[in-house]
Amino acid sequence: MQSSITNTATRYGWAMILLHWLIGVIFIGQFVLGFVMMRIESQRTAFELIQLHKSFGFLLLGLIILRVAWRLGNQAPALPPSVGALERRAAPLAHFALYAFQIALPLSGWALVSVSTLEIPTMPFNQFVMPDLPLAESDAAESFWTAAHWYLAYAGIALVALHAAAALRHHFLLRDNVFKRMITPSSGGE
Amino acid sequence: MKPRILGLAAFAACLAMPVYAAVALSDAAGSYTISPSGSSIRFTIGKAGGGGFDGAFGRFKGTIRIDNSDVGRSRVDLTIYPESVGTGQGRIDSFLRSDAVFDSANNPEIQFRSTSVTRTGDTTALVTGRLTARGKTFSEKFSAELDGLKSGTIKFHVTGKVLRSRYGMDVGTPLYSNVVDFDMTLMGKRG
Repeated sequence: MQSSITNTATRYGWAMILLHWLIGVIFIGQFVLGFVMMRIESQRTAFELIQLHKSFGFLLLGLIILRVAWRLGNQAPALPPSVGALERRAAPLAHFALYAFQIALPLSGWALVSVSTLEIPTMPFNQFVMPDLPLAESDAAESFWTAAHWYLAYAGIALVALHAAAALRHHFLLRDNVFKRMITPSSGGE
Repeated sequence: MKPRILGLAAFAACLAMPVYAAVALSDAAGSYTISPSGSSIRFTIGKAGGGGFDGAFGRFKGTIRIDNSDVGRSRVDLTIYPESVGTGQGRIDSFLRSDAVFDSANNPEIQFRSTSVTRTGDTTALVTGRLTARGKTFSEKFSAELDGLKSGTIKFHVTGKVLRSRYGMDVGTPLYSNVVDFDMTLMGKRG
């Protein structure tokens, strides 16, 4: 059977699966990169890592816009019948929060570089100049967005950990297909 | 080359400083010590997306020697202390001083030693010399224009472009241009 690009009533299509894992890997990579770049001794390496972090941030933002559009234009597969009432209510909230963080994190980073009094230009992967958001630059605004980006990052990574724990619980404890269906795409017959 | 009268009459008329008209190169000849109070060393680096990044060096020293009989034998020596760099933004200043750019702790001096001075006009000259920064030396050219001459003092406006990558200071390209535009006013006091 051919694997399907779109979702079905019970399974995810490969487009959603690809976006999920791509964004997941970059998101976690960005957290690690952000952590390292703020602590590294060499100012030169720090500068270069920060530019790389900005590049991947814009890549993430683009992928997330694509993902949200795809999600809104596609049915979401239903949870299997084995899933309990509480989790049935909590899962959509957790997923909504995950989406909110995916959008808020790159945007808060963009706001941070836009208001920074350092006025460092942004060139994703040295390809083109990304304009700043129309926000007034000041030291106070920079401090605010630095803190916002930091808190969102830690809250976001905690949410990702919760999400991963829930997926593992489905696979190893509940032994349903919730985790597996994010690995193998739907085939037309399902 | 015989001593030539600096053709300053027209230039002086523009500036309405008649003192220039009477000045002869032989009057300008001599050794001058660059005076930090009347001098400035500013630079600009273009930024991607427009605009530029301005800075200046606050501390430097040097001498200008103008040869009486042969302008080509004139000399300029300039030492800049990169620790004194200022951009108006403290975080950028400390970045520039760090090993990302000047590494001023290990390389406290940037030196320029002229190797030739070529007259290009009545009041202008091309100064070629060896620029040393971060242990690397390359030949660089600067344009100098006589900007003032009074008893005992001489002032030049000096401009030139330097490629920073050659001196191990390529950090930030292409966000920031590799070309550093220098704009200096060097005022020398006789003696």
